[in-house]
Amino acid sequence: MMKKTKIFVAIGALSLTALSVFLIAADHIDSPSVAGTKVDIADLYAFEGDNPNNTVFVATLQGPLQPGQVTQNAVFDEDVMIEFNIDNTGDFKEDLVIQAVRRDSIMYFFGPAEVDSQDTGLTSNVYVNEGSGQVEISEVGETITATNNGMTFFAGPRRDYFYFDFNRFNEVASGSAAPDGFFPAGTASDFFENLNVLAIVVEVPNALLGDAPDHVGGLVGINGLPRAYNVWVSAKRKQ
Amino acid sequence: MKTHNIIVILVAICTSFLFVQCVDEDDNGNVIAQDLCSDGIQNGDEEGVDCGGTECEPCLGSINFTGTFVQEDVMGRPGVNTVFSGSADVKNSYNIAVTNRRNDTILYPSSFQRTFEETLELYHDVYGDALGVDLDYETNILGLDAEVFTTVLAHFDALQVAQFGPTTYFDGTNALTGRTLGDDVIDISLTLMFGGTSGTRFDGNNGTPQLTSDGVDVGDRDLTLPFPYMEDAIAQ
Repeated sequence: MMKKTKIFVAIGALSLTALSVFLIAADHIDSPSVAGTKVDIADLYAFEGDNPNNTVFVATLQGPLQPGQVTQNAVFDEDVMIEFNIDNTGDFKEDLVIQAVRRDSIMYFFGPAEVDSQDTGLTSNVYVNEGSGQVEISEVGETITATNNGMTFFAGPRRDYFYFDFNRFNEVASGSAAPDGFFPAGTASDFFENLNVLAIVVEVPNALLGDAPDHVGGLVGINGLPRAYNVWVSAKRKQ
Repeated sequence: MKTHNIIVILVAICTSFLFVQCVDEDDNGNVIAQDLCSDGIQNGDEEGVDCGGTECEPCLGSINFTGTFVQEDVMGRPGVNTVFSGSADVKNSYNIAVTNRRNDTILYPSSFQRTFEETLELYHDVYGDALGVDLDYETNILGLDAEVFTTVLAHFDALQVAQFGPTTYFDGTNALTGRTLGDDVIDISLTLMFGGTSGTRFDGNNGTPQLTSDGVDVGDRDLTLPFPYMEDAIAQ
């Protein structure tokens, strides 16, 4: 049986959790130190492109943005680098990075650049000699893309594709939704349905990513999964 | 500059003017600049091929990208830090941790994995309390017990992306090979947290609470668009 003290700890902890997860989800506003800043990552997507020989990397940022003025006024910070990290050896250290940095109205892209093993981790410099392309940053109502050497680029506001009945989740987490839990389809409400994010999208030929390592699932007994890169996105601020 | 090069440039410029005459009937010169800046040669007052000068975007080498950039936020799989870190301190700490060193018990003596496992159990405890029963996490549909599941989440927090074949978080057949814009990562995550070995432990049937689906889907977001694959921002 659960002890009373454990219950109190649980309720206390989850009350805190419920408070701290207000308006956060996926990675939107995921920690107090980044919430509401221009380094705040909302989501990472990575998938096969329309060209099956390509992989698409999407980072969304600064979400959720209300439509209208809030979205129109949202900008990428020139002092923030968005970096897609790709581990193609299976050690969870980045072997390749694709970097995006804004200057004026242009988003500049670098890489995939090989990272020396001593340079992995929390700090990065721009691989200035490995510029891969650039694209004018779109405004609301625009879709400006650019292609260079097989890579395709986009930066600008987009609709948020993350969907979640976030308000109900807070009630589930706090216990106030018991005993029912989440609402059924039709009653549930997608908090993010009409909200925006800033997006950086880059499509890359797989030939530039090297061969993928064995899938990490094999380490914990999930066998039969295809070879897969380990990918994460980081937001880094100029010191 | 050799005469030969000058001739090539002059021909290129003349060609671009011919082209402009066909398409730029307002004659305001804007397409002329665009052609100069995308004709693959250094012309006009460009400082490099199609860059610099008064008409084109600055050349890459002339832009200042110096400085050291330090990580403030990071994300691999969806929801990990948000759902499992529990406290503000842990969330902040997680975001500035090196991906492959989150299992370092000297750097992180309180252990992200243990925190994640405690949080996972707390979600169950609160529900158990509300229902008047003792609830614990049950090994999930992937066969992962609480410790291994949270180890995967904390120590291997990256999106796995297949080099070949389908890329999806879970599409009913394929799993953990990517994340598309339409993937229901919340339902997948809830199922791994609350679905137990069957995946249906708390699915709202047979008097159980609905904890394995939040009841929403991708809705009317367009999943058929070409690059950049996402709809324009909602204007108002």
